[in-house]
Order: sequence, then C-alpha cells, then structure tokens
Amino acid sequence: MDWLFFILAALTLIPAFFVAVARNPVNAAMSMIIALVGMAGLMVLLETYFLAILQVLVYAGAIVVLFLFIIMLIDVEKAPPAGWVRSLAAAIALLLMLAGVWSLTFSGQAGPFAELSTPAPMAASKIFGVELFTRYMLPFQVAGFMLLIAMIGVIVLSKKFVETDSQKGSDA
Amino acid sequence: MSIELPHYLFVASAVFALGFFGVLLRRNTLVIFMSLELMLSASILALVAFSRYNSTPEAPLYSGNVFVLFIIAIAACEVAVGLAIIVALWRRRQTVDVAEIAEMKN
Repeated sequence: MDWLFFILAALTLIPAFFVAVARNPVNAAMSMIIALVGMAGLMVLLETYFLAILQVLVYAGAIVVLFLFIIMLIDVEKAPPAGWVRSLAAAIALLLMLAGVWSLTFSGQAGPFAELSTPAPMAASKIFGVELFTRYMLPFQVAGFMLLIAMIGVIVLSKKFVETDSQKGSDA
Repeated sequence: MSIELPHYLFVASAVFALGFFGVLLRRNTLVIFMSLELMLSASILALVAFSRYNSTPEAPLYSGNVFVLFIIAIAACEVAVGLAIIVALWRRRQTVDVAEIAEMKN
C-alpha cells in the first residue's frame, strides 16, 4: 500500500503547487479539484470512507463549481507574471514552512507519534449518524442554523447592491 | 518503510504551506480564496489522520471525524459568503486585484 500513498501524495502536492502558480484562474480551479480528490484518496487510505466521499461531494463538487461559476461571472483576466520580489518572498516563506514541517515530522526531534492500534469500525456511517443525533445533537443543529444564516447572508449581500445600482440608474 | 502518521502529517502540512505560498504570491482575490480553501482542507486531512491514529479499541469512533463533518459544513458556508463578498466587490469596483483595493492603506 506504500506506493499508493506516494502516488496520492504526489497527486495532492503537485496540483496544490499549480493552484498557487497558475496564472489562469480556471486552471487553478481545475488543479484544485485534482488536489482535493487526492486528499480524498488519502482519507480512503486512512479508512474514513465517509469523509472521503463527503470531501469529493462538498469540496471537489460544490465548492469548486461555485468558484468556477464566479470566475465565469466576473470574467477575470489572465494575471500578469508576479514581480520577482513577491515571488522571492513567497518562495522563501514556502521553503521556511516546508523546513519547519520537515523538522516537525521526520527529523525525530518531535515526540513519539501514535501508532495504529485498532481497525477502523465497520459501518462507520451508521456510527456517524448515531453520534450526530445523540452526543453531537447541539453542534449539529447549530451547523444547520449556520447554513441557514449563510444562505440568508448571501441573499442579502447580493440583493443590496442590485438595488442600489437600479436606484442609481433610475436617478440618472 | 511503512506509512505512519508523520507521513500523513507531512502531506497535510505541505499542502498548508503551498496554500500559504499561493496566498502570498497571487494578487487575484479569487485565487487567494482558493488557496485559503486548500489550507482549510489540509487542516481537515491532518485532523482525520490524527483521529484515525489515536483511536483506541475502547473508543473506535474517533470524535475528530465528527468534527471534520462540522468543519466541512462551516467551510461551505464560508465559501458561499466569501464569494458573495467578492461578487459585491466586483460590482462596485470592477476589479478583484488586491493591489488596486488599497483605500485603507494610508
């Protein structure tokens, strides 16, 4: 299974890099789909199939489609190449973060990591449902309410400006 | 060499670093927002890996996974509101370049 991990890690990291450097936003969004699907594959390797499916449905499905829709809507042009100062600063920041991450995970100075001690439970989605409707009932309802508030907020945000624009048009 | 927790943590943190790199490098608000989503997704992956490796036979359901469910729901809210703000910005200013939106600079 090791080679599968490395393939999926490459499938996650290389498109994640292209999200950052792609000059066309549509290409960035497409790379983001591949990176998110690679992450879902890593979740499958971690035997959390339910979250992997959720990741593909919500992230690679809904969120990226929303991004693409907005890209089409506002018609962004291809970005000019970044200036060398900003590129250099960003590259230095990336290298520093990667060095820190490396020393936190592989250098052996970090504490002992947990070992895999138990097989993943069968019927994980059933346990998910039971937990959601018993122990995590309140957070579940708060999350649902949050979705409602976000929906109302988006409607208000996009409606207000349409009205001011039409008022301006009728005044002029 | 077998795949253990540090490998997953390294991939998650490297995706986080690449998202940060994108936030610093790009000037288009949409691409910055995409990189932010990538960073959030990387933190989700780290949480899943931690909860899988820290599950015990007594508590095989890792509560971290339930929290990942909530994080994904909140991320969906956040993307909807953030993109609505970007569209409102576009309607008002006809640009999404962060270098041109600098009224509060001075």
